[in-house]
Amino acid sequence: MDAPAAADPTTAADAALAARLATDLDGSFEELVSGQADRLFSIALRVLGDRGDAEEAAQDALVRAYRALGGYEAGRIRELRLRPWLTTIVVNVCRNRTRVRRVRTTDLGFEPGAEPAADPVARRDVRDAWASLLATLPPAQRIAIVLRHVDGLSYAEMAEALGKPEGTLKAQVHRGLATLRDALSDEGHDRKEMTA
Amino acid sequence: MTRLDPNPAPAAGRDTGFAAIEAVLSTLAEPAPARLGHATLVAVGLADDYAVIDSPIGPLRVAWNGKGVSSVDGAPDDRAFEQCFFARTGRRAMRVPSLPPRLARAVERRLAGDRRARIDLDLRGTTEFEQAVWLKALEIPRGEVRPYGWIAAEIGRPKAVRAVGTALGHNPIPLIVPCHRVVRTDGYIGQYSLGGPANKRAILAAEGADPDGLEGLAKAGIRYVGSDTTRIFCLPTCHDARRVTDRHLQRFHSAGEAYGAGYRPCRHCRPAAESGAA
Repeated sequence: MDAPAAADPTTAADAALAARLATDLDGSFEELVSGQADRLFSIALRVLGDRGDAEEAAQDALVRAYRALGGYEAGRIRELRLRPWLTTIVVNVCRNRTRVRRVRTTDLGFEPGAEPAADPVARRDVRDAWASLLATLPPAQRIAIVLRHVDGLSYAEMAEALGKPEGTLKAQVHRGLATLRDALSDEGHDRKEMTA
Repeated sequence: MTRLDPNPAPAAGRDTGFAAIEAVLSTLAEPAPARLGHATLVAVGLADDYAVIDSPIGPLRVAWNGKGVSSVDGAPDDRAFEQCFFARTGRRAMRVPSLPPRLARAVERRLAGDRRARIDLDLRGTTEFEQAVWLKALEIPRGEVRPYGWIAAEIGRPKAVRAVGTALGHNPIPLIVPCHRVVRTDGYIGQYSLGGPANKRAILAAEGADPDGLEGLAKAGIRYVGSDTTRIFCLPTCHDARRVTDRHLQRFHSAGEAYGAGYRPCRHCRPAAESGAA
């Protein structure tokens, strides 16, 4: 499941970009932004549960990254593994925002479905329902699930980003998935009760 | 609506009970809003936003980034402005509907003459000498003018009068940095980078300085005025000089003449600075 880092083309591209950032931060930073904005926004969106907050958090994370890079020696920048490093920053930014704790879900009036709907609006609704279900998880589980399954980080990268052992993270993901599964299979309860 | 089956048919690998959930989770990534990338670059000063404001000389384009205001420009249209801005800074500027509210208020206050209105300036790519000239120009109150030589003397480079003129001509943030308040040493209004002398006169007139009156004094060779009650001499637009009534107003062609008549220089406009201690 987790490819060795050296064989991962994304990792190789990140290393090349890190080398460029080390020699020309201002000239290469835009490339970092365009390459990472979508994933940092997605992580923030699914951790925080709000588009406006997520946009601010993603921007904040990138600005912090720029300032940090401005203070690093070239050698240190070259050694950076950009994806986990930026993940650490965006997760910290999200954690520092008050809403991360337990997001209260609103009753959307329908249930998350397994089948992707053909109609884009309906598909969006289903995704929103899933997102709000995700928001009911405790922060640590939510963050672990978002990094693993929304962003697609390897457990090795997650361990690096979050500073926790892989085993702990696997357990958090597993517990979170189990909670989601139980919530979905619990036909007898309405959403409000489930998330109370 | 189809419900998620919590126990789908066993698939290869572990956690088969979660496969369907994992599949849906993997669709929850979303593209960032289109503005996020540009907004980030603006925040760190690698790109700029700009908007159009009104001024006594017509619409002006004001650009800014996270480091401060980077340009005030009289370009005729967006395209001309963006090309000129890129040529000078190497950065892209993107037009937005208006200035951020705090900056808009500060610019409005500053143009109304409130020098305390805080406006950060992005002066990257300019020399220390230029910055010293521009910061000194910021000290000139609305409605008053100072000669190039005054700036040169005040920044400790009394012989650099021409260089002061050049630096003022390169001011990237005219109006906010009021280079229009700096005039020729002989008292004539002089050149202006933002559209020429006519604009300089219009701005000075709008600020309550009297360009015709100033050029009248220049023609008559009058460089300083003083009051025979206080025995203090000033630059003609100094707010202290403007309070002197006609009956007591004395006119001088040089600082030496004023000293000779027993006058001392005003401590506010420091008129002797530009004459090199007379």
